[in-house]
Amino acid sequence: MLFQPAIIALLMAAGVAVLMLLAAAPFAVQVIRHWDINSGSERQLALERRTYLFSTLLSFVMLAQLAALLLFVFNADRLSVMFVGAMCAVGTLNVNGYGFPSLLTQIAVFFLAAMWLAINHVDTQARDYPLVRIKYGLLLLLLPVLVSSFWLEFQYFSALKANVITSCCGSMFSEESKTIAAEASGLEPLPAIWLFYGAMAAAIGVALWHWRRGGRVSGYLLALTSAGGFVAAITGVLSFISLYIYEHPHHHCPFCILKPEYDYQGYWLYIPLFVATAAGLGAGAMQPFARVPSLARIIPAISSRFSGLTAAGYILFTALATWFVLTSNLILIEH
Amino acid sequence: MRIWLEKQRHLIDFTLASLARRKTKNIGLLLAYTLLVFVLASLTLFTHALRTEATFVLAGSPEVILQRMVAGRHDLIPPGYLDKIGRIRGVQKKEGRLWGYYYDPVLNANYTFMARPADEVADGHIMVGNALARERGLDKHNTISFRSYSGKLFTFEVSAVLSPDSELLSADLVLLSENDFRSFFEYPAGHYTDIALSVANPQEVRTVAAKLSSALPDSRPILREEVLRTYQSVFDWREGIILTVLAGAILAFAILAWEKASGLSAEEKREIGILKAIGWETGDVIRMKTWEGLLISLTAFLLGFIAAYVHVFHFGAAVFEPVLKGWSVLYPKFTLVPAVDGLQIATLFFFTVFPYTAAVLVPIWRAAITDPDAVMR
Repeated sequence: MLFQPAIIALLMAAGVAVLMLLAAAPFAVQVIRHWDINSGSERQLALERRTYLFSTLLSFVMLAQLAALLLFVFNADRLSVMFVGAMCAVGTLNVNGYGFPSLLTQIAVFFLAAMWLAINHVDTQARDYPLVRIKYGLLLLLLPVLVSSFWLEFQYFSALKANVITSCCGSMFSEESKTIAAEASGLEPLPAIWLFYGAMAAAIGVALWHWRRGGRVSGYLLALTSAGGFVAAITGVLSFISLYIYEHPHHHCPFCILKPEYDYQGYWLYIPLFVATAAGLGAGAMQPFARVPSLARIIPAISSRFSGLTAAGYILFTALATWFVLTSNLILIEH
Repeated sequence: MRIWLEKQRHLIDFTLASLARRKTKNIGLLLAYTLLVFVLASLTLFTHALRTEATFVLAGSPEVILQRMVAGRHDLIPPGYLDKIGRIRGVQKKEGRLWGYYYDPVLNANYTFMARPADEVADGHIMVGNALARERGLDKHNTISFRSYSGKLFTFEVSAVLSPDSELLSADLVLLSENDFRSFFEYPAGHYTDIALSVANPQEVRTVAAKLSSALPDSRPILREEVLRTYQSVFDWREGIILTVLAGAILAFAILAWEKASGLSAEEKREIGILKAIGWETGDVIRMKTWEGLLISLTAFLLGFIAAYVHVFHFGAAVFEPVLKGWSVLYPKFTLVPAVDGLQIATLFFFTVFPYTAAVLVPIWRAAITDPDAVMR
């Protein structure tokens, strides 16, 4: 176990989040069992008051998770000097088997949290809190994910031993290995470019459609294209965008672009991408409730705002990626 | 969006006015908060600066140092050993080095004696480090005598005092010619202390080291990157230890924040009651209180961080120096190069703002659900 400030901070944040959610769980059960908005009983009054506490608490937990995800990657990149053979975050995450599962669950927690916050947001806008039961039911589903994320993170950090020879990005994202990451990066640049721009165009198009016209179908589609857009964007980064940024035809690493040597260009790409995907998924998550009478006017307004954000985020991401490719000196495809 | 922004602006406005109404209470909290940020920020800034310094210093050292081992102990390099290495692809230069320690009873300190080629230091002359020159009152053209381990007295003339810029490396250093070195320590002819190799390509260093240890099984190659990594983890470890010690302080601060936030005065309670009576919702009160926490946090963070920056880079981190820097009789004087790192700030934010916010959430909610009729009666 490395005695390192950022690791202590991350474990503390994750631990506090799990504790808060655990404290909220009995209350969630209570709400699911006894919530009755038409009742004026003392219990209902107490429950209504408590919902304020728990929505604030959960918003805090979710926001902390978002910050923790950034810190996790940032720190993994920084720790790479400690491990022989590691040159960026990939090497650090590969030191033991828990690194990548931990990162992936944290990304999953991030998007699930964003969807939960979106539902929570529309629910608090309505006078009669129509989604309270569903919200707290979902919360109970979120709890095991958060606990496993904490557990994986703890396992990962406690098994970190400096001086372990790890494989670095050069070998992991090379064309020979047989992992999904390698499949994605082994894609020929031309089909990868088609896939990337096709998915981005679909995501932006659907987002703009939903923004102007609204409607449930486009809302669901938006969630779908956002999720697909996220995968396509990461594939694009792996297969060609990173190559253009490094100006190196065989370096497929999605983490090295976060380094100062490349002017932190990765943050410019990832932040709009994550925001856009989170907003798109959030807009999709609220669609099942669009027929609830008290939400009939609220949901279209909010989801159209979210889809505007999605469109803006994807446009920014695509434009930046295109710009990085065009200004690069690397020639990957000959005309 | 415009309406939302407008609303937040008015909330901030109101919050600031309400904070100003209870000056003493809030200033007390702000002071404690700033102090906490100051202590933690000094710590992280200082360790980071030391880490950067170590990286700078090691950048000029040879990539590989080869020592010979006899029965697990460091031993002299015998004659002909250097040739046994032969040509290794990737090694640009290999040279035998001569150095040793000399205990000076005048200062009760150890000096490092190192031999340099004759074109740098002539026989009978020495160059000395700045800290040593300062302590012994030496200057250019002064003479100084050392009694060698065999009991003989040697007199040298100081030909130069090494530049203070290199003091971190040269504080206790004495450079002398190879002949003087060998006769002073009665060093066996043809023997060396260790071998330094420079390797141009950093990716070849490990291969070179592997070849060295297979060609010379009785040797121990020490890599620069290993030394660097050890420094990194030593400083991280020291920082982590102090943070753990300070965890008590963070906890105490969280308790203080909880107390301050939950101990609402009758006047504050009435204020919230009136606000709710004139139409504020519970959510609005929570938002106002959140802004209050955020404003206090950001102010304290900024003040504490600036104070820590001044403390570390202008006053040499007087508070933490003894623990973090280590000590020695001839300790080099050096000024730290200001270096601020994003990761450090983010970590610091997690250590201060996160516990504060977590601690005040419940009290904020308690205040926000106050019934208007209960407090205005």
